Amino acid sequence: MAELVEVLGPGCRRCSELLERVRDLATSEYPAIETRYVTDPAEIVGRGFFMRTPALVIDGTVVATGRVPSRTEISAWLQAPKEVHP
Amino acid sequence: MTTIAARRTHVPFWLVVTVAAALWLVAWFAALPLSIWLAFEVLGLEPGTQLGEAVAFFLYDVPKVLLLLTGIVTGVSFLRSFVAPEKVRSALAGRNAVVGTAAAAGFGIVTPFCSCSAVPLFIGFLEAGVPLGVTFAFLVASPMVNEVAIVLLWGLVGPQLTIAYVIAGLIVAIFAGLLIGRLGLERYVEDYVWKIRAGSVAIDDHPTLEVRLRDAWRSTLDIVGRIWKWVIIGIGVGAFIHGFVPTELVVKIGGEDNPLAVPALVALGVPLYSNAAGTIPIIEALLGKGLPVGSALAFMMAITALSLPEMMILRKVMKTPLLATFVAIVAAGIVVIGYAFNWLT
Repeated sequence: MAELVEVLGPGCRRCSELLERVRDLATSEYPAIETRYVTDPAEIVGRGFFMRTPALVIDGTVVATGRVPSRTEISAWLQAPKEVHP
Repeated sequence: MTTIAARRTHVPFWLVVTVAAALWLVAWFAALPLSIWLAFEVLGLEPGTQLGEAVAFFLYDVPKVLLLLTGIVTGVSFLRSFVAPEKVRSALAGRNAVVGTAAAAGFGIVTPFCSCSAVPLFIGFLEAGVPLGVTFAFLVASPMVNEVAIVLLWGLVGPQLTIAYVIAGLIVAIFAGLLIGRLGLERYVEDYVWKIRAGSVAIDDHPTLEVRLRDAWRSTLDIVGRIWKWVIIGIGVGAFIHGFVPTELVVKIGGEDNPLAVPALVALGVPLYSNAAGTIPIIEALLGKGLPVGSALAFMMAITALSLPEMMILRKVMKTPLLATFVAIVAAGIVVIGYAFNWLT
C-alpha cells in the first residue's frame, strides 16, 4: 500500500483532473494514503519535471508524466507500488 | 508519457497490435461506403439535397476524424517517447538567436506540450541558459503545431492547407522569438525565476517498445476522450453550414471585401482555445463556402497559439509588459500571415 501520493502540476485543468481522481480514490478506498498537490513552479522545476506535468509520484517513484492515467491504473499503483515499479 | 506499466496483459502484445491495426484499416476503408449507404439507403435521403448532403457529410467525417485521431496520435505519442524533453532543453541552451530560434520552433513540433507545462518549461529553459527569445519561439510553436490540430486539418481540409499552416506557424514562432530576443526584455521576467535551480527526475529512460506503445495508446485515449464530443459537435455545425448556409453570406462576411475579417477572426480565436477540435470541422465547411485561405489560417493559428488560460498561467513567471509584448507580437504575426495568404491566393 502506498503512503504518500504527489500530484505535480501548476494548476491547469488536466492537473486538477488528476488530483481529483487521486483524492477520490484515496478517500473512498485508501483512507490511509496522504495526498499532496505540488503547484509551486520552483518545486516542480527543482525536482526536474519542467516539461512533464502533470506528474504522478507515489512514495517517491514517478509512475506517470504528461498525461492523466485512468482510475484503474492509479488504483493498481496505489495498491502495490513496489510490485509495479521496476 | 508514462514510465512504468501498470498491468500485464495476457494476450500477446504483437497480436493485440496486429488486430488493432487490421480493424483500423477495415474501418478506414468502410467509412465512406458505409456513410453513403446509411445516408441514402437506410435513412432514404436524396443525394444532392441540402439535408442529404449535410447528413452524408456528418456520417463520413465523424468516423474518419476519430479514426485519424486515434491512429495518428498513437503513432506520434509513440515516436515522441524517444525524444526526452531534457535533451531538447540542453540542445537549445547557449544557441545564438537565429539558429536557436529556428531549432526551438522545430523542436516545438516534436515535443509534447500542454498549457500546464508552460510555466515549468519557461523556468526550466531559462535556468538551462536557453535565451529568452528562443524560449518564446518554443512557447509559440509548440501549441500551434500540435498533432491534434495537424491531424484534423490534414483529414478534413487537406494536405495543402496543413502544410501552409505548419510553415506559417513556424514563421510566426521564429519571428516572435527573434523579435523578443532582440528587445532585451529579460528584466520583465519575475525575479524569483532566475533563482530557481532545476533538478533531474529519475525515470526509466529505456522502456520496452511494448511499454512505449501501451503508454502512447493510453495517452491517446486520454486526449481523444477529452475532445471527441467537440469534434462531433464541430462536424455537426460544419455539416449544417455545408448543407444550408449560402456561399454568398460567407464570402461577404469573411471574404476579401471585408478588410477586418482577419483581425476579427484572430480576436474570435482567443476564447476558442482548447477547442481546435471543434473548430476545424467548421473551418472546413467555411472554406468550402468561400472563406479565403488566409482568414482560415489566421483563425486556426489564433485558436491554438493564443490562449487565455495559458496567458494567465504565464503571468506567474513574467511581468505584464513582457506578457503583453509576447501576445501583441504573436497576434500581429498571425494577422500579417492571414493577410499575406489572402493576398497570395
